[in-house]
Amino acid sequence: MALVLTDDQTMVRDSADGFFAAEAPVAELRRLRDANAGAGDATGFDRGLWAKMAEMGFAGVLVPEAHGGAGFGYVAAGLVQEAIGRNLSLSPLLSTAILAATALVRGGSPEQQARYLPQIASGERLFALAADEAARHAPHHVTTRAETSGNGFKLNGTKAFVLDGHVADTLIVAARTGGADDDAAGITLFLVDAKAPGVAVARRSMVDSRNAARVALTDVQVDGADVLGAVGDGAAILDRVLDAGRACLAAEMLGVAGESFTRTVDYLKQREQFGVKIGTFQALQHRAAHLFCEVELARSATLRALVALDADEDRVPMFASLAKAKAGEVAKLSTDEGVQMHGGIGMTDDFDIGFFMKRARAARETFGDLAFHGDRLATLMGY
Amino acid sequence: MADLETFRIETRAWLAANCPPEMRQSIAKDGDVVWGGRHANLTPPQRAWLDAMGAKGWTVPEWPKEYGGGGLSKDEAKVLMQEMRAIRARSPLASFGIWMLGPALLKYGSEDQKKEHLPKIARGEIRWCQGYSEPGAGSDLASLRTSAVIDGDDYIVNGQKVWTSYADKADWIFCLVRTDMAAPKHLGISFLLFDMASPGVSTSPIKLISGYSPFCQTFFDDVRVPRANLMGTAGKGWDIAKYLLTHEREMIGDLDDGRRSLSQIAVKSLGEAGVAPLRTDIVRHEINALAFGLTMERVKDETKAGQGTGALSSMLKYYGTELNKQRQELLMSVGGSDSLAWSGTGEVDTSRHWLRSRANSIEGGTSEVQLNIIAKRVLQLPGA
Repeated sequence: MALVLTDDQTMVRDSADGFFAAEAPVAELRRLRDANAGAGDATGFDRGLWAKMAEMGFAGVLVPEAHGGAGFGYVAAGLVQEAIGRNLSLSPLLSTAILAATALVRGGSPEQQARYLPQIASGERLFALAADEAARHAPHHVTTRAETSGNGFKLNGTKAFVLDGHVADTLIVAARTGGADDDAAGITLFLVDAKAPGVAVARRSMVDSRNAARVALTDVQVDGADVLGAVGDGAAILDRVLDAGRACLAAEMLGVAGESFTRTVDYLKQREQFGVKIGTFQALQHRAAHLFCEVELARSATLRALVALDADEDRVPMFASLAKAKAGEVAKLSTDEGVQMHGGIGMTDDFDIGFFMKRARAARETFGDLAFHGDRLATLMGY
Repeated sequence: MADLETFRIETRAWLAANCPPEMRQSIAKDGDVVWGGRHANLTPPQRAWLDAMGAKGWTVPEWPKEYGGGGLSKDEAKVLMQEMRAIRARSPLASFGIWMLGPALLKYGSEDQKKEHLPKIARGEIRWCQGYSEPGAGSDLASLRTSAVIDGDDYIVNGQKVWTSYADKADWIFCLVRTDMAAPKHLGISFLLFDMASPGVSTSPIKLISGYSPFCQTFFDDVRVPRANLMGTAGKGWDIAKYLLTHEREMIGDLDDGRRSLSQIAVKSLGEAGVAPLRTDIVRHEINALAFGLTMERVKDETKAGQGTGALSSMLKYYGTELNKQRQELLMSVGGSDSLAWSGTGEVDTSRHWLRSRANSIEGGTSEVQLNIIAKRVLQLPGA
């Protein structure tokens, strides 16, 4: 599998680049952030944009054609995410089109797939993954209980950092049907109606103007038909869902890093001090040149992870962790340098470069940071 | 694709029959690397492996057959590499002729020069060295002063080179000389090929902090070189020099030397020594090393697909050498006091490789020069 884009993938990239630059540029993030402040609209994104994304085939990027999707695959999904990263576009793509679509394709019953996948592709149903319970990512640490009750299960527990939980129609909840608190075995995934009795969703707006929710589940009754995958075997699906999310977040961070870098290099060519362009200073040239190399490395690692997902390789966990760790570090470096090299203006709210730093921080934290993935990689490599 | 599969099956069978078992063990010491040349002192398995691969042209799989190469497509060459890796086959031949001079000869050499030199490089018969740096011309290479003055059918070469890798073991040299003293510094340079056995050539090894002497000073005292040995056009040597440097950079940047990865070593060592911060340092290094390896792969794939990004050799040289220095540093840490050994019984190479690696970011253009090149050519920053 060569690390180059196919003609079809190049087409997806070009159409995504054009679409998000025109429909959801950084100015749109600023508008939504200001509109959502205080008592404003609490959706956090533009539902009109999401409808257009469905028309473009982005919402169904991972949904098989048989279920009404475009079925482009993970490399294509990553290219869409990269365009989103460059433009800091707000949308429920990650939660619904990547995480939920992966969960349903990997673990859904034929009935669940037939019911939900077309609704993902059409953009009419929004999902959220409710897995983490603590502030630091620990996907197998699940204390939320699922106890058999009548024909199904009764859920009790609290979930933290549920991305887009405030707008989700359906939650994918990881709950424990067996095993100890940190065991992989005994985790079961459930499809839970967000409006079901006992579900309490508290929206939390974050530093990057995205929204996550705290979800409390109190005696929430679910049917046996709402189990996603096999009872007690949810961890394998969850891990793949998270790896898909990590690879696609790496792609988004690659977009963030690349755009922050481009804007910064442009600024070095414009800004004058001491009577010359500041880009003539070798101290800045070398840092910019180093950053160029780092962005290239992040691109390679990200593409490799997406290729591994498309080919369903055994090494998906390794490459997903590599991509997430590397792209995260590069997004940090690029946005740190972006603000620093812009100087005082980079610190102002009127100027856009700070938005990139905020998104990089949140995306790095999501589904495991460098410490998490470094530890996972070392363990996978046997030390 | 079916043809490629056939090629894979045939290659696998050929390698199984022709690669001696001794050549399927990872490289443990410097003597395991085969450099070829008139004075090469090879073990029988090294000789057999080199001759078998040389006869097929597979020491240089993608060179044209008429010049001693394998005439393989990029896809076939990749298959050959994969199949060699699969049986852990060593590279049959390490050679500046293959990595540096060959590509330049193919692009700039005359038909006679290609026919004369390329097959001997492919078969490992002639070992080449590179006459670039001078005492007064390091990062500012174009200020070199070694002169070549026309005298009848010959050039008379006078001057001094430094950091000439393995000059004392090489048979021929490709050498930058100044043929026009009056021209601007980049325009008076020419590219000469000559025999190190020519009268007037002498070498003197330079001992490094590692205790080894991979480099020499090389002196030219009225050395006669036939004018036919000029490669390309007189005064255009700088273009060839730069082209060749891109290949040198890729070579130095490429860490895939068959040695064990740091992770493999960590698996063995950390069990007992298990120090959490060291494990963190190693995995952070490995993240960069893996991402770098994938970048090498992607650059090759993109070049093959005609999507070359350009000016990437400086990136690969800069990043690859800095990574290797870091790797050697971590190997010293993992080894603890054992890695300090300098002589006597047991492993003494760790300390010497660590010290040798410090030169990686100096030779072939310093890291700072590579960053200058990226700033200028890729980022197009002003005044760079």
